[in-house]
Amino acid sequence: MQSLKDLFLLFFKIGLFTFGGGYAMLPLLKDELVVKRRLLSEDELLDLYAIGQCTPGIIAINVATFIGYRQARLKGAVAATLGMVFPSLLIITLIAMVLKQYMYNRYVTYAFAGIRIGVVALIASVLVDLWRKNIRNYADGTVFVLAVALLGVFSLSAVWVVIAAAVSALLIGEYVRK
Amino acid sequence: MIYLLLFFEFFKIGLFAIGGGLVTVPFLFDLSEAYGWFTAKELTDMIAIAESTPGPIGVNMATYAGFNAAGILGGLIATLGLVTPSVIVIVTICRLMNKYSCNRRVNTMLEGIRPAVIALIVFAGLELAKISLADLTHGLIFAILFASIRFYKKSPVFYLGLSAIVGIVLKL
Repeated sequence: MQSLKDLFLLFFKIGLFTFGGGYAMLPLLKDELVVKRRLLSEDELLDLYAIGQCTPGIIAINVATFIGYRQARLKGAVAATLGMVFPSLLIITLIAMVLKQYMYNRYVTYAFAGIRIGVVALIASVLVDLWRKNIRNYADGTVFVLAVALLGVFSLSAVWVVIAAAVSALLIGEYVRK
Repeated sequence: MIYLLLFFEFFKIGLFAIGGGLVTVPFLFDLSEAYGWFTAKELTDMIAIAESTPGPIGVNMATYAGFNAAGILGGLIATLGLVTPSVIVIVTICRLMNKYSCNRRVNTMLEGIRPAVIALIVFAGLELAKISLADLTHGLIFAILFASIRFYKKSPVFYLGLSAIVGIVLKL
């Protein structure tokens, strides 16, 4: 069990180092929660993303709320969420007030071009681990390929892909594997 | 009361924007038309800034839009409005899940979803790769970073710092 201050600081750190959307913070969450603190298993982290994707609200906040609640109930959910948004509040307000020019500074642009490559490399590395653990048989492979097809070929929204996977898993579990 | 209005409008966005941070953008366009809190041009700048500053894009957008509409307090209230639906919905789901977490059906379902979630992450990664890996140099840096992440297993923060330095040194 984490104290509220720990939760706030943990998500403050994650908010501070997340560049991009909710998926960009996956490598950070894995490192902090699965590897270092062992609060979650890798599978549970994936489940949180599935639920965060299909529920109202942006994924990053949903995942933070979820983890906070599991650690310390409602108070934990609030502490984690506030921690997550605090860096944005500080940095964006500062930029909007005085630092608009900072965004057009050459060196800032260079640094962010580098960071974006780093984010892609980190996500790719997490994917290798996830793939090894979760795509183990033909059924898993089929779900993956179907999901890719729905997303890529039919441009279906991510929400529907998750719901479709959930329903088919339930049906297969109930009627085929018996 | 602009603050009340801001909270309400961003609460709505939090409730109806399902998915990643950029899904808030169409909602913000509607807001700029309805209230004139910011122009479409300002919104474009906001997206650029929200994407390249720390913090999830959706939250950055809310803070920025709220600030443009009503100053520091506006940014704070818009952000709180955005996250309140998440807290309510997720806490409700957690309470239900505690009841059903040992349920066999729920577990089969979650296990079946995992390969699909991996597909979602692949797509999110590809979208980022499209804008981040512009040419061969970028691709090469990616390959080297990826290899060292696999080999040395240092923390993500270390690699983010390293890639920022690489960006500055090589003038990417």
